[in-house]
Amino acid sequence: MSPTATWLAVIAGSAVVFALKLVGHLVPDHWLAKPRVARTAALVTVALLSALVAVQAATIGRHLVADARLPALAVAAVALMLRAPFIVVVVLAAGTAALLRALGMS
Amino acid sequence: MTPDARRAVLRQSVSVAVATGLYGISFGALSVVAGLSTTQTMALSLLMFSGGSQFAFIGVIGAGGAAGAAVATAGLLGARNGLYGPQVTPLLAAHGWRKPLAAQLTIDESTAVATAQSDPAAGRLGFWWTGVGVFVMWNLFTLLGAVLGDALGDPRTYGLDAAAAAAFLALVWPRLADGVARLVAGAAVAVALALTPFTPAGVPVLLAAVVAIVVGLVTPQEETSEPA
Repeated sequence: MSPTATWLAVIAGSAVVFALKLVGHLVPDHWLAKPRVARTAALVTVALLSALVAVQAATIGRHLVADARLPALAVAAVALMLRAPFIVVVVLAAGTAALLRALGMS
Repeated sequence: MTPDARRAVLRQSVSVAVATGLYGISFGALSVVAGLSTTQTMALSLLMFSGGSQFAFIGVIGAGGAAGAAVATAGLLGARNGLYGPQVTPLLAAHGWRKPLAAQLTIDESTAVATAQSDPAAGRLGFWWTGVGVFVMWNLFTLLGAVLGDALGDPRTYGLDAAAAAAFLALVWPRLADGVARLVAGAAVAVALALTPFTPAGVPVLLAAVVAIVVGLVTPQEETSEPA
């Protein structure tokens, strides 16, 4: 792709992604004040973040993969059940995955 | 908000910003390898500012794909940011020039930290600190990656990919005390994983939101406070 074509794609892509972000902020206030809408918005966020955890921990491209990320996530879940602070949870997960990979797991 | 509560929010924001920001090295290095200039790479991190969209965009360009395909793929991965808006807008009450600024900073991380807080003031603080923090770190490390290449090696070696998943799990965790939310989360995970082999990147997570929309609109109000 020529530098000009790449620049056009960069600008167009950024504009599209920004427009998508902005649309979410332009929903009228009185509409969001409805309990059913507010509750649905809250559930949508829960669904998106939960799906994101699953995709980040158990997929590569279009493949379902079980590698060092899964035991690391399990360690994080146990730490959360034990009410460990946020940073401890994150560091434990990173440490677990790093250790397992150093030991040869993918 | 007590000073302790405030410090806890800031600590969370900074942790997320550092963990996410470090991935910018990978993005910067891969973007240059895909054929973009350092300036174009920086333009993506500054203007597009959405990790998933950016990686997908350079993936298409690097594979020799058309400009239109790169733009469409970036949009597909960025679409979920639009679904975060209705959740964070009432929290922020941003008007005038702050509205587009808040929109640009509406990403997985800022939304997750904002919604993990128990009161609106803490949520607001979490959104801005995480949004600005990730923006600064992400751009700084993108530049580093673009200039130096993958000097630090694969972030997976340090378990950074697992750290990202664990951070989102920790942020969504407080919400799972609610029975209906737990049900929606479980169904969302199942939908996303089931669709992964059959749909383009970005679609599985996006369609998981449909579960929440259906449940949110059909269940009566009272049921949300009852355990499932």
